[in-house]
Amino acid sequence: MRIAFLILFAVALPIVLNSTDQAFYLSFASRILIYALAATSLNLVLGYGGMVSFGHAAFVGTGAYVASIAYVEGLASAWIGWPLAVAAAALAALVIGALSLRTRGVYFIMITLAFAQMMYYLVNSMKAYGGDEGLTLPARADIGFGLDLGDDVTFYYAALCFLALAIFSLHRLANARFGRALLAIRENEARAEAIGYPVQRYKLVAFVIAGAAAGLAGALLASHGKYVNPNILHWTQSGTLLVMVILGGVGRLWGGVLGAAALLGLEHLMAEHRIGWLAALLPDYQQHASLGVGLVLLAVVLFAPQGIAGLFSRQRHA
Amino acid sequence: MLEVSNLRKRFGGVAASDGVSLEVREGEVHALIGPNGAGKTTLIAQLSGSIAADDGRISFLGNDVTRLEQHSRVKAGLARSFQVTSIFRGFSVLDNLALAVQARSGSSLSFWRPVAAERALFDEARAIAADVGLGERIDTPAARLAHGEQRALELGLALATRPRLVLLDEPTAGMGPEESRRMIDLVERLRGRLTVLLVEHDMDAVFRLADRISVLVAGRVIATGTPQEIRRNAEVRRAYLGEAA
Repeated sequence: MRIAFLILFAVALPIVLNSTDQAFYLSFASRILIYALAATSLNLVLGYGGMVSFGHAAFVGTGAYVASIAYVEGLASAWIGWPLAVAAAALAALVIGALSLRTRGVYFIMITLAFAQMMYYLVNSMKAYGGDEGLTLPARADIGFGLDLGDDVTFYYAALCFLALAIFSLHRLANARFGRALLAIRENEARAEAIGYPVQRYKLVAFVIAGAAAGLAGALLASHGKYVNPNILHWTQSGTLLVMVILGGVGRLWGGVLGAAALLGLEHLMAEHRIGWLAALLPDYQQHASLGVGLVLLAVVLFAPQGIAGLFSRQRHA
Repeated sequence: MLEVSNLRKRFGGVAASDGVSLEVREGEVHALIGPNGAGKTTLIAQLSGSIAADDGRISFLGNDVTRLEQHSRVKAGLARSFQVTSIFRGFSVLDNLALAVQARSGSSLSFWRPVAAERALFDEARAIAADVGLGERIDTPAARLAHGEQRALELGLALATRPRLVLLDEPTAGMGPEESRRMIDLVERLRGRLTVLLVEHDMDAVFRLADRISVLVAGRVIATGTPQEIRRNAEVRRAYLGEAA
């Protein structure tokens, strides 16, 4: 029932925004959808697999750069550029995952961060593709079928389709054999291995699937803004995705979506709407928007450890 | 069935396994006893594959498994239970056992079909639950079971992998006399169905259950034999039984 309402809301949003002359928000909504996709992919790793990856931006960035480079090299079709982006991000996740998953706990956090930073400096030094200035695309990817992604409404629906597909796939995966095995590994790795699950291999598979989905989010993000720069791989981006997942609900199907919407929405509100009484108290509070976000995150961790998704669910995890 | 020769494992300056040699025969209940710190749990860990031996050889069903990963050894029919209960606490009893059955029955690289549709998985899990005395508790989250029930689930998880040889690391650990007796009955019932290597501190249980006993002292097996032989062995009495009895 709630999902039907959510779908109705998402599908009707462009119509509502257009008829109320708020079309600017449509692009913002697309951005939320893309970040929701990226955060959902991280949730597979973090929430379902129990792997605290602090380098997820590496895969978003790989997807964004590969799609953008494909575009400027003449492969304007989304049907070529985006699968390339997904494949490259999956490959990056395979290599980084295979090396990182030998470690545990805080070492895993640090090594995924280190790999992501290496990729960050790598794209910074790619002078042929803009280096630290980034790469501007003449237009959004070409999707064919008489549809133009350059149109914000079309792009919004494309992003919505991908996100819906991702959520549905995650739902299926979580209830399939693989998802159950993954949850068992998250719960008790030693026991999972001792009943015969190849723990390392399954964690790597989850890591690669998540990397591939993050690559798609990256390709969408680059197309959406018609621009990509190395900051998309910066460690703060990985941190932002982690915050989204924690805010929305770790290991919750809708955690990534709720977290992305909440965080981006909050940031937007802080930046665009000056709160009178707060401004009277702290004139430049808007320059410190991340402080407000931090306070909200703190409140969620303390009072709603299951995230926003946990507030909606009737049954709590033990 | 299981042949261990000259197994060595050092932790810093301590030789936890100092050339362990041991043979477990098909169908027997083989008890491994020894004082605290003798290296029993370290030996179980090496046999199951959760830690790697520094040196020596482990052969199971005629195959060298010394370098085999733990999950591959489980597939080959060598499973273990833990001294410190290791179960999926957030899952129900049924889900715990179904997870173990799933691990054994085919690949888990299935991403789309719901597990809930696989009735055979849950039917078998139910049968195992009944087998270890948890038939009435299948929907209870593992975390809410009593200690003795958790130990039974621990054993059930090992059995659900359908092992040929099961390594039981102190199944009665932390149990009262009544719970212990029930657990010992459970292990007794395994006789004939599979081979058991049992680490146990309760000497009454050991002498009641074991076909043969090996005595581990300071990382070495100092004697192996029938319960009568072990009782009579002077070295064992001096090293272990004398001070325990």
